[in-house]
Amino acid sequence: MTAMAAEKPRGIAGTISDVFFTRPQLLTLLLLLPPLLWIGVVYVGSLFALLLQSFYSLDDFSGVVVHEFTLATYSQLFEGSNVQIILRTVTMAALVTVASAIIAFPIAYYAARYARGWMKALFYLAVMMPLWSSYLVKVYAWKLILAKEGVITWFANALHLGWLLDGILALPIIGGPSLSFSYLGTFLVFVYIWLPYMILPTQAALERVPTNFIEASADLGADPGQTFRTVIFPLALPGIVAGSIFTFSLTLGDYIIPQIVGNSRLMIGQAVYTLQGTAGNIPLAAAFTVVPMVIMGFYLWMAKRMGAFDVL
Amino acid sequence: MSSKGKTVSPLGLRISAIGGLLFLHLPLFFIFLYAFTTEEKSFEFPPPGLTTKWFGVAWNSRPDIWPPLYLSLQVAAIATILALIFGTLAAAALSRTKFFGRESISLLFVLPIALPGIITGIALRSAFDIMSIPFSVWTIILGHATFCIVVVYNNAVARFRRLSGNLVEASMDLGADGFQTFRHVILPQIGTALLAGGMLAFALSFDEVIVTTFTAGQQTTLPIWMLSELIRPRQRPVTNVVAVFVFLVTLLPILAAYYLTREGEHTGGSSK
Repeated sequence: MTAMAAEKPRGIAGTISDVFFTRPQLLTLLLLLPPLLWIGVVYVGSLFALLLQSFYSLDDFSGVVVHEFTLATYSQLFEGSNVQIILRTVTMAALVTVASAIIAFPIAYYAARYARGWMKALFYLAVMMPLWSSYLVKVYAWKLILAKEGVITWFANALHLGWLLDGILALPIIGGPSLSFSYLGTFLVFVYIWLPYMILPTQAALERVPTNFIEASADLGADPGQTFRTVIFPLALPGIVAGSIFTFSLTLGDYIIPQIVGNSRLMIGQAVYTLQGTAGNIPLAAAFTVVPMVIMGFYLWMAKRMGAFDVL
Repeated sequence: MSSKGKTVSPLGLRISAIGGLLFLHLPLFFIFLYAFTTEEKSFEFPPPGLTTKWFGVAWNSRPDIWPPLYLSLQVAAIATILALIFGTLAAAALSRTKFFGRESISLLFVLPIALPGIITGIALRSAFDIMSIPFSVWTIILGHATFCIVVVYNNAVARFRRLSGNLVEASMDLGADGFQTFRHVILPQIGTALLAGGMLAFALSFDEVIVTTFTAGQQTTLPIWMLSELIRPRQRPVTNVVAVFVFLVTLLPILAAYYLTREGEHTGGSSK
């Protein structure tokens, strides 16, 4: 190769590529620099701006942001109603994650172990399409379905189960005047919207379970239930944890869904949105977003320890 | 051979798998149904009557739909191009060599979609605020490109990993320089992955609402228009007509991207 290069002159392109060939690190650096600058400056820079803002405070009288270092804004987070908002959001995120895992598992399991050929492609598409299709359209679909005069009420009455629906809506906390103004409705929409994020990593983890492990387990006398509990489920767990990163994180930060389907009690995302918008209180909004960041930082650290990143 | 006997799935599993898939797909059907209802004030089910007039109304007598549509298309196109450039560069760099800090950098590149969109949104909003940058088309694009980079990066990095090193070496051995190798050997192999990533990025940007509400100021993209219609409805079936349109605009690139990456599985060089 070097002998050939010496024989005929190769022009500027040749010279440059020779330099890169002899110094591969230089090429890596040059390739990496522009995207790293973008993410580093635009994204990480903005995150720092956000952190900085959270240490400022809002002057209660003038409504102007005071650009002086203070922890006063953070202490506001621990006031009654704000603690309520945080607890409410974390509870919702945890419930949505558990429900998504339960609904996702059979789909992922079927797709990984039984679906073959065109069935497998169909399953994959059936999960990918809702994952990527318009978020707002999906939320809107549930607004139609959950409305008082809408689909679910009609079906409940047609099946003579109207009493059951009324009973559920009469429950304290999760109920409300109609499904589209209740926690139950918010919960349903969250599960629906984030479900594909749970299915895909679970399926990926299940597909990596070697068939001969399962056969070995059976040969050694385990019944299917034991095989599932001691072989399949532990190996699928990193995938479920990987999926839960999405379901948990996305629920923590969402403010559109509880705004469209839900009651008037705020979640973190809505609090952030209202504070930065009409209230102009960017410092408190920023302090509020630090909560999901800290929770997710901890969560990601745990997930990494459990090997969830290998499945992504 | 216990694995052969296992080709028939337990009934309970099949029912819950199919039930789960129905749960994922049935709701979208109602978006289509309600685009044809005659009732414009409520979500009455079943619709009292069916009509196609709302498609005409959306096309002719709702001028408020068009400027948001143009803005969304413009933003999505530019954000996609930026994402293609930066995402490919990042994937190429991170897949070719191992170096200290590579893991942390790859984590950094997925951060914009791992953290909730609201954080990206409010972070950008605070940065604009601190630096006194006024809202413009470019502030929207800046936000969109940041998470679109991740999509392209993910698609490209998967393909780069499957790219067989032998072909690159063979190309070099046969006397091609780095640029020729890129042009004739690497690009044809990653092309479909990039196209797929670009299409997904376009779909994602066209439909994005969470980050956009923080970076748009007074501007209205199509999803923001839709959001305001959801909160203060005027002619509900018209919103459905637009929703059907948005659904199709995002669905077609997704199907194309799926098709492209499937095709790619046979040309990737080494298997798996």
